[in-house]
Amino acid sequence: MIRTWWQRSPNAISVLLCALFLGSLPLWVRSPYLVSTAIFIGIASILTLGLCLLMGYAGQISLGHAAFYGLGAYTSAVLTVKYGVSPWLAMAIGVVITAGAAYLIGIPIFRLREHYLAMATLGLGVIAHLVFLELRDLTGGASGLPGVPRLAVGGFVFDSDVEYFYLVWGTVLLLIILSLNIVNSRVGRALRAIHASEAAADSIGVDSGRYKSQVLVLSAVYASLAGSLYVHYMRFVSPQPFDFEASVRLVVMAAVGGLASVWGAPLGAAAVTLLTVLLREVMPRLIPNASGEHTAIAYGLLLVVIMIFMPEGLTRGLLVRRRRYARR
Amino acid sequence: MAAFDLGNYLQLILAGISTGSIYVLIALGVVTIYTVTGVVNLAQGEFAMLGAMLAVTYYGWEMPLLLAFVAAVLSVAIIGAGIERLTVDPARDASPVTLIIITVGVSITVRGIALLAWGTIPYSLPAFTSGPPLRLWGAVISQQRLWTLATAAAILLLLYFLLEHTLLGKAVRACALNRRAASLMGISPSQMSLLAYVLSATLGAVGGIVIAPLTLVSYDMGLILGLKGFVVAVMGGLVSAPMTVAGGLLLGVAESLAAGLISSSLKDAIAFIALLVVIFARARQGPRIRLPGRLRS
Repeated sequence: MIRTWWQRSPNAISVLLCALFLGSLPLWVRSPYLVSTAIFIGIASILTLGLCLLMGYAGQISLGHAAFYGLGAYTSAVLTVKYGVSPWLAMAIGVVITAGAAYLIGIPIFRLREHYLAMATLGLGVIAHLVFLELRDLTGGASGLPGVPRLAVGGFVFDSDVEYFYLVWGTVLLLIILSLNIVNSRVGRALRAIHASEAAADSIGVDSGRYKSQVLVLSAVYASLAGSLYVHYMRFVSPQPFDFEASVRLVVMAAVGGLASVWGAPLGAAAVTLLTVLLREVMPRLIPNASGEHTAIAYGLLLVVIMIFMPEGLTRGLLVRRRRYARR
Repeated sequence: MAAFDLGNYLQLILAGISTGSIYVLIALGVVTIYTVTGVVNLAQGEFAMLGAMLAVTYYGWEMPLLLAFVAAVLSVAIIGAGIERLTVDPARDASPVTLIIITVGVSITVRGIALLAWGTIPYSLPAFTSGPPLRLWGAVISQQRLWTLATAAAILLLLYFLLEHTLLGKAVRACALNRRAASLMGISPSQMSLLAYVLSATLGAVGGIVIAPLTLVSYDMGLILGLKGFVVAVMGGLVSAPMTVAGGLLLGVAESLAAGLISSSLKDAIAFIALLVVIFARARQGPRIRLPGRLRS
């Protein structure tokens, strides 16, 4: 059967459609609030993308991903504010430091099974948060570190939200393409084999420990990039966005979107972020004088319901439902 | 700095042991649920929070303290059963990651409800008995700390008796050992899962109530208590009860000494540094971590 190019590579057309949609978004979305929300969704997508690769392929859950995110953010902020390093160089140094930290964590962890990565990353996450809080001379402690410069290329400064939107989502698209290529390569097949059965993968010569450690490093690098993009957008850094609950929120985004699917990452990030925004808007209309508590309760309940009825996440969950519908 | 004589050390160690016994109670809850159902329950600390807050509320309704204690524990046990039926039971066949996230959702919901019900104000509960503190070689120990220890020890003995010397306990242990084999012997894993949740909610609630007179309690106390309980459970390999008890007491003492001798900001970091050390030490022994085995006690 002769197939046209988009049948052969559905991902290429998805990327193209996605790029068209995102490229035109600022033309018809005029609200600065929504553009800013879209930037946050983009940053969350980068984080979730790495987490999906780790959880879906290495089959390990990280409960401290905010540590890698924060490491990138603080490296960028401290180097640019305190030492006047160029933002791009600081970003690169952040990536190197974070990758090193992830590699060191990975050495012992992947010799263990079950939930040990979850536990070690949880510990790492809490410790990193405490370090950001306590190293006051360097990080400014709880009150944070203001005055992070904007990103600039030559004479062009990313100083409007729309410009930053294109920068962030351009990065997201590049990383999606990179992730798709990894997933559909020899490495991706090896990872899928590991996920299906580690013993079987080992027996046919796949070094599962090495691959899992590489995925952890890759996801940490994504997180570090997201951290740098975050501080250069906020132009301020404080420990609060990198606490344990932030790590949990990232896992939630990855799980809601669907693990082991590259497209699930931006979907989950968008779904959870928009849900929070929506709840904040809708709840006061449903319940008069509703406050943050109601939003938190609704968020928690929805999370439980989604996980019970769509344990594969939204991407798979919706696909399965569509197929069932088509069969009828 | 004041001279640190034997009395000061002794005081810090005894305070640490009483705090550690709370960690033990919460950690044993984590271990019970994990061995019986395979679920890592990240909402464990919320049981302690609910226990403490409900006890304060019942006491505020002019119940005697003992009655408030019992009523709060019973309420939390019922809430635990409800949570199991509504969230864990329908998702029995889900992957471990999905189940972890479900417990996170439960934790967020419970904390939200608590915030709605009690607000952000910290509450306090009076000590179980009033009277002069105990003096021992220069150490001053409040009576409540002794109550904490005594209650924890009593609960541990009860748990031991229940698991080792009753038919019900045998069924729970059979389920922890091998769920499928247990169900072939006519033990319903679903009922055992419910029982595990009730047991662990009870353990958590007791832990929360006995610590309430020592520190102020508020809607968000569950998060850090739950995390510490989780850390202690990991120290015991998630399956071993004696190791969990030792780990909890050790952690309590280490925290107390660190806060008293070095700096109080170090206190919260200790647990997580210990967590990393334990995991790295296990990795050095090689990858022969046992699957969820029996609940040894």
